Amino acid sequence: MLDKNGIAKRIAKEIKDGYYVNLGIGIPTLVANYIPNGVNVVLQSENGLLGMGPFPFEGEEDPDLINAGKQTITTLPGSSIFDSAMSFGMIRAQKIDLTILGAMEVSENGDIANWKIPGKMVKGMGGAMDLVASAKNIIVAMQHVNKAGESKLLPACTLPLTGVNCIKKVVTELGVFDILPEGGFKLLERAPGVTVEEIRNATAGKLYADNDVPEMIVD
Amino acid sequence: MINKVVANANEAVADITDGKTLMLGGFGLCGIPENCIAALVEKGVKELTCISNNAGVDDFGIGLMLKQRQVKKMISSYVGENAEFERQLLSGELEVELIPQGTLATRCLAAGYGMPAIFTPAGVGTEVADGKETRNFNGKDYLMEYAFDADFAIVKAWKGDTAGNLIFRSTSRNFNPVMAMAGKITIAEVEELVEVGQLDPDHIHTPGVYVHRIFQGAAYEKRIEQRTVRKLDDMKI
Repeated sequence: MLDKNGIAKRIAKEIKDGYYVNLGIGIPTLVANYIPNGVNVVLQSENGLLGMGPFPFEGEEDPDLINAGKQTITTLPGSSIFDSAMSFGMIRAQKIDLTILGAMEVSENGDIANWKIPGKMVKGMGGAMDLVASAKNIIVAMQHVNKAGESKLLPACTLPLTGVNCIKKVVTELGVFDILPEGGFKLLERAPGVTVEEIRNATAGKLYADNDVPEMIVD
Repeated sequence: MINKVVANANEAVADITDGKTLMLGGFGLCGIPENCIAALVEKGVKELTCISNNAGVDDFGIGLMLKQRQVKKMISSYVGENAEFERQLLSGELEVELIPQGTLATRCLAAGYGMPAIFTPAGVGTEVADGKETRNFNGKDYLMEYAFDADFAIVKAWKGDTAGNLIFRSTSRNFNPVMAMAGKITIAEVEELVEVGQLDPDHIHTPGVYVHRIFQGAAYEKRIEQRTVRKLDDMKI
């Protein structure tokens, strides 16, 4: 089974040289730590920055320079700054190659819910609805089951949707899944030490799994 | 050159009365018009509709106006950092319309560009689409979203000149330029107000035509919401 960093590490392997990537809050942010050497990527922060650098050293924090999670960050040589409309313009126009974001629920037809729990939590969708509606390629980083042990990979989402029919790939602590165009989760890789049976039991949505699904290689 | 200078924040917001619709620039606490917010709190104006990406935190930014119960309705994309906001919302004291962040920015842009509406795929198939016109272009569905209609836009810039030309700094730019374009009356507070001729015309982000009032803010706290720092080799990128 993978921990949060393991999920991030596995997703980092999906990032190709030359990609512009938007990382959501939570596990997706950790992906930045595992981008392989020699893979040049530009991270977009939707509050208006391309070329997000690491956190500043203590004493060098700049209140005018934050990421979409409101954390103090830095720029890099080649970074650029723009306003919020242009930021979502480049997202809508599919200039961003890959979006990685978290989810509360994903359905077997690629719907995602991650912004609201009616009556309990009202935080808002931020840029997530824009990202999932326009991104060419979206990977969801999420926990496979909730605290009560119930599957979050479902036949249909129960929470208010963020986007429909848009998620192509999901990485959880149990494995890597493609969402098939005709619907259903296709198990591509098992997390270390996890059996297909365990994954089947934890997945409420339709699961397609061969008998010889390989175990993921995490280094 | 036309002079847009007013003395201070109090003078800039003097004609903002109860029930008006305001746009407020900023992302989180970054690039918010601190001085105008303080003046609005002091003035005690009520029943406001505020269009702003976020709602501040409990004791800073728009959170200060929420605490004084000056806001009737918030139009935002993300409000997760404000417990008082959540309390007023869940108790029904505050009306809130949550909209996708790109839709928020682009509805400002449309107003500033003189376009009545935009089409965006954000929110198609979700509750955001409820009651909205949908159009299909090249096989994909889009929602029609109207340009904002705000009485006042209140923005914060780094530098500005007496003619109202503005330059923003780093990611404190965010919503400020598009909101500056979108208000019927636009008020700009700046960290440094200079004479005309001091700013390079090539470096202006917001032309003064969009700005009706400008003043240098008396003080800036520029509070940091999430102070994150690097330990050695913490993050490579």
